[in-house]
Amino acid sequence: MQPGEQATSRPAIYDDLAAVQQELDKCMHCGSCMAVCPIYATDKVEAGVARGKVAVAQAVLEGTLELDDPEVVSMLFNCLVCKSCMQGCPTKVDFARIMLAMRTAVVRKNGLPWLKKAIFSTLKHPELFDRGMKMGALLSGIAFRDAGQQSIAPRSPFAFVGKYAGFDEDRLLPALAAKPLRDRLPELIQITEPKTKVAFFTGCSLNYFYPETGEDLVSVLKENNVEVSIPKGQGCCGIPVFVHGDVETIRELGRRNLDAMESTGAEYLITGCGSCGGAWQHEYQEVFANDPVYGPKAKHWAQRTYDISSFLVDVIHYRPSQGKVDAVVTYHDSCHLKKTMKVSREPREILNGIPGVTFKEMSQPDACCGSGGSYVLTHFGTSTDIAERKVNDVGRTGADTVTTGCPACMMQLFDNLHRFGKTQQVRHYISLLAESYRNEKAAQ
Amino acid sequence: MIDNAIIEKLRSIVGNDNVLTSKVSRVTYGYDATADVPKGSPDVIVMPTSAEQVQSIVNLARRSGIAIYSRGAGTNLSGGTIPVEHGIVLSLQKMNKIIEVDAENLTAVVQPGVIIQELNNAAAPHGLMYPPDPGTVTTATMGGSVAENSGGLRGLKYGVTKHYVMGMEVVLANGDRVRFGGKTVKNVTAYDFSNLFVGSEGTLGVIVEITCKLLPSPKYRRAMLATYRTVEEAGNTVAGIIKAQVIPATLEIMDNMTIRTVEDFAHVGLPVDAEALLLIEVDGMAEEVVVREAQAVVKVVAENNGELRVANSDAERDKLWAARRAALPALASLNNTVVLEDATVPRSHITDMLLELAAIGRKHNLTMGTFGHAGDGNLHPTILADKNNADEMARVHLAVDEIFATALKFGGTLSGEHGIGVAKMKYLGNEIGSTGLDLMRTLKNALDPTHMFNPGKLVPFPQQQEEVAHATR
Repeated sequence: MQPGEQATSRPAIYDDLAAVQQELDKCMHCGSCMAVCPIYATDKVEAGVARGKVAVAQAVLEGTLELDDPEVVSMLFNCLVCKSCMQGCPTKVDFARIMLAMRTAVVRKNGLPWLKKAIFSTLKHPELFDRGMKMGALLSGIAFRDAGQQSIAPRSPFAFVGKYAGFDEDRLLPALAAKPLRDRLPELIQITEPKTKVAFFTGCSLNYFYPETGEDLVSVLKENNVEVSIPKGQGCCGIPVFVHGDVETIRELGRRNLDAMESTGAEYLITGCGSCGGAWQHEYQEVFANDPVYGPKAKHWAQRTYDISSFLVDVIHYRPSQGKVDAVVTYHDSCHLKKTMKVSREPREILNGIPGVTFKEMSQPDACCGSGGSYVLTHFGTSTDIAERKVNDVGRTGADTVTTGCPACMMQLFDNLHRFGKTQQVRHYISLLAESYRNEKAAQ
Repeated sequence: MIDNAIIEKLRSIVGNDNVLTSKVSRVTYGYDATADVPKGSPDVIVMPTSAEQVQSIVNLARRSGIAIYSRGAGTNLSGGTIPVEHGIVLSLQKMNKIIEVDAENLTAVVQPGVIIQELNNAAAPHGLMYPPDPGTVTTATMGGSVAENSGGLRGLKYGVTKHYVMGMEVVLANGDRVRFGGKTVKNVTAYDFSNLFVGSEGTLGVIVEITCKLLPSPKYRRAMLATYRTVEEAGNTVAGIIKAQVIPATLEIMDNMTIRTVEDFAHVGLPVDAEALLLIEVDGMAEEVVVREAQAVVKVVAENNGELRVANSDAERDKLWAARRAALPALASLNNTVVLEDATVPRSHITDMLLELAAIGRKHNLTMGTFGHAGDGNLHPTILADKNNADEMARVHLAVDEIFATALKFGGTLSGEHGIGVAKMKYLGNEIGSTGLDLMRTLKNALDPTHMFNPGKLVPFPQQQEEVAHATR
């Protein structure tokens, strides 16, 4: 899949809810979405699935339901925005747009709840956010205990309070890194006679939770003679706030990120997270559709954004590694990587190309893991039911390692494998290739 | 009347989590997959998890004069699950256990909420399948498809749902639970109740368990796609294949309008000037037989001047099928309202019917494509219209009237597989006459005297009779 395919201008759906009618009209109410919706599979309730939400959206437009009715709002947020329903939709309803248009309309009407406002506003101040995350790394020992494997679990008094949001004593979370990725690496990693020059958009999760994965990604690029810029001016991609309907904040973050990347003069933009990559390929174009300055910039980068796997496989035809990695590996398709960025073949090709790796496909590898960003916090029970199906599928492969291309999935898999008594390691697929290159060097 | 006391009683029967009363829930259980029918608004949605709970709900509803609308996944196309009169929507989706797959007897026992595909998945390791395959096989429930007597793409060779139901357990209006039929191939004990409840559209009772027949899955198959310059040649091919004593598993037809729209939508390489297309698939347990049947088909297609493409691999088969699968979605993409009918004629009248359907579309100046199951005479004339254009919708309704009249003129039927529901009730007498209507009413009144189950569907009653029945509830 080439990035930036859908680049035409669209109605200002995130500024005017009436524009959603056209999208609603595409829905035949056939119910095909019921076959794939992870929430519907768990709850078996019509309001859980896209068809039901379309009907409610229609009722809101017709005035029979109020947009800010607490029932409507609660239904709107009971969606992972995993886009599974969009894959098999016979009439190609862009349900994610409907969902986000509804959520932005709620925010436009009533503003953000104070808690979200407080959290999201820190994102707009990168230094403040960065300091907070580092402070969090220092202070996390108070509320969390060290659970091994660079992970933490809530200490019991906090677990008691937090269990309704899933912070029970069984919860395993990755530890916040004492030193984030972007502090570990220089802004420019120069290569003599580089093959090409890329900008690496790290995203928050690789920066704060999985910096080693980020380092692995950069080391793979270096192995392939690619010069890497990691501009310090970048911040959150904005997807976490956009899914809560905060279109203004994603615009602000997007503008800053676009400016930061423009300063690098890079040929391509590389991501290691499907949500971040999706923002660059699609959402920035959507939210800047009517912006004469940032609209063209968004389009420029959309066409140059690649997940690290497609960049390696399809753009630069990466050098296969000879280093052996003994592992039985399965791969979980992150929703945003597969369903937004259309990347699923490339990570498998990379894994299959590593000497020593035995690849085992799980049943329904592209079924959602239930993370949905903050969905796991707000709908812990449903999220865990969905995750249980996923980790059982992982377990049945007999693999010792489950890989994926999304840090949020990594967190969810890590927590739930442990919760349901599984022993698989969770790794970003790029880390296996990085390890293979390292082993190749060690063997020389 | 449903008040808080009733809601509390329902909660005590099925538990708090299984009673939905929110405004959002009432909107989301007010429709099914049918276009151009009024939406309803139930008072409450109840999701029982056992047959005993269903009995308690039925008893409560009967004593309190409340209507019950049984519902599976709500994918039907005749408005059959719409709660036209308020009352209880009884969602059976949480009764979704496969109780048994009996490979020795080639049977399965399932609860009504089991999704058809889930039964197929459970039967597959035994080399077995449940043949009825409506387009909604991955979403529709066994209970819903039995209540609607669903058909599908394999009807010609494998039959439809009613041919696979061997027995049932049903909760009656008086609250009794009754079992009939079973695992034996032969069973002439008592009336054939299974065939009464199959296709009863939720008007006679609540199906709480189904015993069904399974078949060994065919091991070999061969798919072919033929295009024609005239509808007559396609029709003659259908007749010729049957005459050659080949019964294909699939024998699908698409008209020119559908072909053009599909090509525009999915770019699968169809000739847009073709007047008709046939998708033909033969299958069986022995390769030799399947190859011989395929050769016979090739010969008939050639005799009728068809252009043939044969799939030599699964990937090529998927390509041929992609055209057929895209038919409804492609047509649906043309406008905001999809009126999908299923008028059916004897196989020998397929050509006549296709030509008359095209004429009806032209006469009323409507966008209409027809595709369907040529092998069993079951066509899907599909009209694409703008629901906001009153004049166009009026012409749609006139065209639909004529479509049904034409099907009956050729000795056909109003509905091959979608059912009567609310959408076709007004035409029912045209097919079965006043004596047929009387028989329907007699059965309904005997089994459900207060018209508690799915009122306003399938069985047309004069207003007064309906009111009398309701008053006695």
